Amino acid sequence: MNPRKKRIFIVCAILAGISIAATFILTAFEKNLMYFYSPTEVINGDAPKIRSFRIGGLVVADSVIRNTDDLKVNFILTDTINEVKVIYEGILPDLFREGQGIVANGKLQSDNIFIADQVLAKHDENYMPPEVAEALKAAGAEIPHKKNNYPK
Amino acid sequence: MIVELGNISLIAALAMAIMQCVFPILGAAKGNQTWMSLARPTARLQFLFVLIAFMILVYSFLVNDFSIAYVANNSNTLLPWFYRFSAVWGAHEGSLLLWVLILNIWTIAVTFFSRHLPEHFLSRVIGVMGLVSIGFLLFMLFTSNPFERLFPVPVDGADLNPLLQDIGLIIHPPILYMGYVGFSVAFSFAIAALLAGNLDITWARWSRPWTLLAWIFLTLGIALGSWWAYYELGWGGWWFWDPVENASFMPWLIGTALIHSLAATDKRGIFKNWTILLAICAFALSLLGTFLVRSGVLTSVHAFATDPTRGIFILALLVIFIGSSLVLYAMRAPSTKTTGSFEILSRETFLLFNSILLLVAMLTVLLGTIYPLIIEALNLGKLSVGAPYFNAVFIPVMTPLVIFLGFGVLSKWKQNNFIKFLRKMRALLISSVLIGVCIGAVFYAENQLKSIAGIVAALWISFTSLYSLFIKIKDKKDKIIAFKVIPYSFYGMLIAHIGFAVSITGITITSQHSVDIHQRMKVNDKIEFADYKFHLKDLEILSGPNYQATEAVVDVIKKDQLITTLRSQKRIYTVRNMPMTEAGIDAGFTRDIYISLGEPLDDGAWSIRLYHKPFVRWIWLGAILMAIGGLLAIIDRRYRLHKLVKKASSNNNEAVLTTK
Repeated sequence: MNPRKKRIFIVCAILAGISIAATFILTAFEKNLMYFYSPTEVINGDAPKIRSFRIGGLVVADSVIRNTDDLKVNFILTDTINEVKVIYEGILPDLFREGQGIVANGKLQSDNIFIADQVLAKHDENYMPPEVAEALKAAGAEIPHKKNNYPK
Repeated sequence: MIVELGNISLIAALAMAIMQCVFPILGAAKGNQTWMSLARPTARLQFLFVLIAFMILVYSFLVNDFSIAYVANNSNTLLPWFYRFSAVWGAHEGSLLLWVLILNIWTIAVTFFSRHLPEHFLSRVIGVMGLVSIGFLLFMLFTSNPFERLFPVPVDGADLNPLLQDIGLIIHPPILYMGYVGFSVAFSFAIAALLAGNLDITWARWSRPWTLLAWIFLTLGIALGSWWAYYELGWGGWWFWDPVENASFMPWLIGTALIHSLAATDKRGIFKNWTILLAICAFALSLLGTFLVRSGVLTSVHAFATDPTRGIFILALLVIFIGSSLVLYAMRAPSTKTTGSFEILSRETFLLFNSILLLVAMLTVLLGTIYPLIIEALNLGKLSVGAPYFNAVFIPVMTPLVIFLGFGVLSKWKQNNFIKFLRKMRALLISSVLIGVCIGAVFYAENQLKSIAGIVAALWISFTSLYSLFIKIKDKKDKIIAFKVIPYSFYGMLIAHIGFAVSITGITITSQHSVDIHQRMKVNDKIEFADYKFHLKDLEILSGPNYQATEAVVDVIKKDQLITTLRSQKRIYTVRNMPMTEAGIDAGFTRDIYISLGEPLDDGAWSIRLYHKPFVRWIWLGAILMAIGGLLAIIDRRYRLHKLVKKASSNNNEAVLTTK
């Protein structure tokens, strides 16, 4: 093969490879995008009915109820205007607690109850997930201030 | 007073960095010896000043000087001294100082170990490293000064994030940074070569050991981070496709392509422009990583405390560095002459394909990592890209890479006879598929296809690697001498590739065959799980220096034999009132048993997670092998032939280098 043909071959091989890869990537990408919705958007019916999505908000005080015989737990998330009930089975993250901003991944049932397959709380007790902070701001709520941690 | 000294040191370091950048680069351009000779002393002085600043911060942590905001926010008198020490890089400002310190360590290493390089080239390398340092020192002084004062001075500090109070955090960030920042050396060599307008192969040879060293650190740093997440987060996970993990993984992918491409440029005089581009790209991704981690644009386990103005500053740095290097590249690269040629069926082709595949892999990770940021910046909504995306795209990209790897290892440079080549491959291909299928059929009933694919890939890499060793010695009379004659870099390649195979095995089997349950347990409850019986013997209350803990004591029994007793703690760190899980792990060569205590439920019961994770150690074992391979390649005696290089460089005679 002469150098010209060789170069054409290599370029074609690379292009073919990249287009196959791009097809794979974009299909997988489209399938795995997870949008974020606030409780208000969920109540307004903006959230998808079939697809998984993420929801975030503050855990309402005294709303966490655990089953006594298994690890099912339910709690209420709020953006201070609207509330959505979340059901989860499993162990909650260390930093999950009432009043804390959390994000949950999962699907919405027809009765507007959110079935979470993952609950995320971040690794710093002062840290507010940015989505949650935005959702709270959009709802006109005051974002809880960073606590002063220094021991008195 | 001593704090002000820290500030002054940083400013002095900045002054040195400016001199280290301006004079050597201008001097090299004008051929001014005096200006060029400033490179080394200014670099060393800068190192000294940064070191002083760093030591002052360390000292402030050790003596609990809470008048410094950074210390007050990240330390506490109850914190043991070694965590007070590692708290220096426990948050943003300090880790940035560590970044700059490590950059300086690399720079002075270059001043000491590259003395054989021609003066004008070395001056440019050191000058470019000075430029990088200027950027980061300005960033630190303007947006993230670790020596900022706090008034009124608190009585005690806010404590280090409990998650970071761990041996893993003492070592993981410095090692990772050594890798990240180490690519600045390859970058500086590439820019120096572009500035000189002389893209022969010498720069590739000179930068090879540095790039390899950075790659080794990055490999180990990523593996350490994965291992730390595994035992410290208490979820049994070892990779989450978290944006910050991706931020370290992207430079690794490109770094891997770079070390291979450098080898091809060095040995065969090909891919010169491509290699330069990879070197720029690797460092760009290191900067991008810093931006992602430190700007606060991400929801991430690592995004502890963040600040958007910092993000803009790093983004500007990124644009300036990368934009200008790409402009320089565009101006200089077209004039490069290719000296080597090769046929389609040759090692060069496979190397090229694989470095493109690594680039594609990096782009998929990049897409998944920054797409949510772009969408959010454009106000089009908030979204995230789930881990399934990365898994779904990574495997199809890695499959041809693994196949080409085997072909590449066994093919010769320049050209191969197609029939001979096929004959050589056939037996290896068939045997790895057959053995892989057998192993899969015997051991793994579930997810059989995926398990088999992973095992076949690992076998293919191992067989082709070992066969390439066999070819080298089969015709030699004296086998021992034959083994000795083979250069270290060959053994390095062999071990690193086998390490890759080991990691693939670990990743495949762990992800396909790990099992876990979440269980509600009281003292004396027993549960059967994954062929083991778990017996919760006791729950004990303990107290540590700065925490209170509940410890579960669990006997693990198999066939009425006690295998091990695992202890997992749930700690409450008193200062921040923050809970933390300490997992109990029985590590084994072929499996880990892993328990972690969940939450207290009513009437004395606790939720407990139990995991059985086969072959999980292999993931990190593979990384260690890759690092060892890299190290062997560095100590290869060819790099130590300074005289040869010196002679070649002073004559600037390429022929001496290409003939070996």
